[in-house]
Amino acid sequence: MSKPTSQPTGLGGLKYDASKRARANEWNIFAALIFIVVVFEVLNRLNGTSFLFNLRDNVPGLFNQQRLDIMILQVAITGIIALGVTQVIILGGIDLSSGSLVGATAMITMSFAQTALVNGNPNPKAVFGPEWMDLPVIVPIVVGLGCGIFAGFINGLLVAYTKIPPFIATLGMMVSARGASRWWSNGTPVSFPTETYATVSNGDLLGTLTFGLLHWDGQNPAVVFVALAVLFQVIMIYTLYGKHTYAIGSNEAAARMSGINVDRHKVLVYTIAGMLAGVSAVLLTSKNLTAQAGMGMMYELDAIAMAVIGGVSLSGGRGSIVGTVLGAAIFSVIISGFTSIKLDAYYQEMVKGAIIVGAVILDQWRQKNRTRG
Amino acid sequence: MSDIILETRGLTKHYGGVQALDDANFILHAGEHVAVVGDNGAGKSTFVRQITAVEQRTAGQIFFDGKEVTHAGPLDAREAGIETVFQTLALADDLDVPSNLFLGREIFKFRLGPFSWLDRKAMRDRTMEALKTTAVKIPNVDNPIRNMSGGQRQCVAIARTAAFASKLVIMDEPTAALGVQETAQVENIIRGLKERGIPMVLVSHNLRQVFDLVDRIVVFRRGRIVASLKRDETDGNDIVSYITGVKGNADGAFA
Repeated sequence: MSKPTSQPTGLGGLKYDASKRARANEWNIFAALIFIVVVFEVLNRLNGTSFLFNLRDNVPGLFNQQRLDIMILQVAITGIIALGVTQVIILGGIDLSSGSLVGATAMITMSFAQTALVNGNPNPKAVFGPEWMDLPVIVPIVVGLGCGIFAGFINGLLVAYTKIPPFIATLGMMVSARGASRWWSNGTPVSFPTETYATVSNGDLLGTLTFGLLHWDGQNPAVVFVALAVLFQVIMIYTLYGKHTYAIGSNEAAARMSGINVDRHKVLVYTIAGMLAGVSAVLLTSKNLTAQAGMGMMYELDAIAMAVIGGVSLSGGRGSIVGTVLGAAIFSVIISGFTSIKLDAYYQEMVKGAIIVGAVILDQWRQKNRTRG
Repeated sequence: MSDIILETRGLTKHYGGVQALDDANFILHAGEHVAVVGDNGAGKSTFVRQITAVEQRTAGQIFFDGKEVTHAGPLDAREAGIETVFQTLALADDLDVPSNLFLGREIFKFRLGPFSWLDRKAMRDRTMEALKTTAVKIPNVDNPIRNMSGGQRQCVAIARTAAFASKLVIMDEPTAALGVQETAQVENIIRGLKERGIPMVLVSHNLRQVFDLVDRIVVFRRGRIVASLKRDETDGNDIVSYITGVKGNADGAFA
C-alpha cells in the first residue's frame, strides 16, 4: 500500500536506500500463481494433456475454454464473498457466516424471482401466492442484497456493541442462517425463476455496459467480481473507510484514542461483508436457476482461505483486495489443477486444508521476520 | 490568574479502597514546563490519567484554560487542546507515518461520509513539515511504523503530539524505553515545544533529564503532592529526599 518515496535520503540525513525496499507482497503472490499454473501445465503435459491450452483439433480456440470458464465462475462467486471477508479480517475480525448467508439469501431471493407458469403449467415449486410471481427482476436483487445487509448488520452490532469475539458472533450467524435456509421452504429447493432473473448471471453484462464494444457472454459473475474488486481496492487505499479499517485492525486501542468511531466502523464493515454475500447469492442462484438450502456450504472457509493465501494477515491490519483476488485465483487454479490431473476429490479436500494451514504458517513466519525492535 | 493553563483543586482518585491520588492541588502557568516525579505508585500516572480523562476522578475540580472542565474521555480532552503521549504508544503499526500523524483528523479532497477521499499528498507534505519543525529523524515516512525501531516509533508518537499541540502537552515517561541518542532527540523536541511557548507536563524518572528540561518540579509521594520546587532553587539531593520521604511531613501533607 505504500509507494516508493520521492526522496532518496530521509529526513535528518539518515540514509535510505530505495532499492533495498521489500517488494510489494502482491508481486510474490502473483509469482506464486504463475508458478502453480506452470506446475499444473507440466504435470498435465506428462500425461499428454494440457491444463490451460486446447489440444483437441475438433474444438476451436487456443485455450481450454471449458476449464477456464469453470475456474472463472468459481473465482467470481466465492471471490465476491472473499472481498468482504478480506475487509473483515483486515479490520481484525473474522466472518464465518458468509457461506450460510449465501444459502439463506439464495432461498429467500429465489422465492421472489419465481415465474408463474412453467411450460404453461402453474409453478410447482411456488413458495408464495401468484401475486408474488413474475415480479420485476429488481425485486429479487434488492431482496438478496437486503438479506445480506441485514445479516451483516446484525453481525456488526454483535461484534461492536456486545463485545463478544467475532468468531462467536459470526459462528452463531452461520448456524442460524443455515437453519433459516432450511426452514424457509422446509428443505425443498426453490426453482423456476423468471427469464429476466436468469439473465442476471447468464446474460452479457459487459456488452450492455460497453454498448456492445466488448462481450463476455454468460460470465456476469466474473464481470461483477472484477468491478467490485476494483471498487473496493480503490476504497481501501484512497478513502477514509480503508484507512480506518487498517487502523482498527492494526491497533484498535490507538484507533479509539485517535477519535475514530471504532464501533460504528465495525458495523459498517460487517454490513458490507454481508451485502457482498448477498450479491454472491443472487449471482449463484441466477447462474444455477435454483436455490437449495445447502448452497454456499463451506464457502466461508474458501473465502477465508483465498484471503489468507492472498497475504491477508489473520491478526488484522495487513493485506489487500488485490492480494485476495490473486489468492482467489491461486485457490481456483489448485482445485481445477487437481481435477485436471485426476486427483481424487477426497484428496482435494485434504490438500485444501493443508493449503490453508500452510498459508497461515507462512503469514506467521513473515510476521516474525518483519517485526524488529 | 489569567496565565494559568491548568489547575487542579483537591483532585482525588480512589481505586476501590486504595487512595491513589489524594487532594492534589496543582497549577501550570502559560509556557511553563513542569516535571512530575515520584516513586513507583506515588500517583504520577494516576494524576495524568485524571487530567487526560482516561479515567474519571473521584473528587476535586480541574480547570483548563480558565474554565472548569469535566472531559468525558481522552478524545474530549484532546479536542479541548490537551495532547498526550501515553506510555503505551497510540500508534497503528501497519500504517505509515503520515497516516499515523493524521489518524482521526485526516485531510480530505472531498467528503463523502465514510468514503471521503483522502488527500494523501497534503498529509504527506504536512508530515514532512511537522517532522522538520520537531527535528524528528525518520528515514522513510512511507514505511509502516512496524518496520521502525522503538525510538523512531516513540519519535513519531511525540511528533504527532508536538505537531498538533495547541494548548497543553502531557508526556508520560516518553524516554523510558529509549537509547541515549533517541532520548536526546526526544529532549530536543521538548526544547522545541518550550521555544514555541507550549506548556508541558512531563512525567519522568530521570532526574538528570528533569533538571535539564523543566522550570519547576512537582514531587508526588503516596498519592499526595509533597513539594513544588523551582528548578533553580533546588538540586537532585533535595528532590530525592522529598521522593523518599526524608523531607516533607511524615503523612505526606504539603503546606
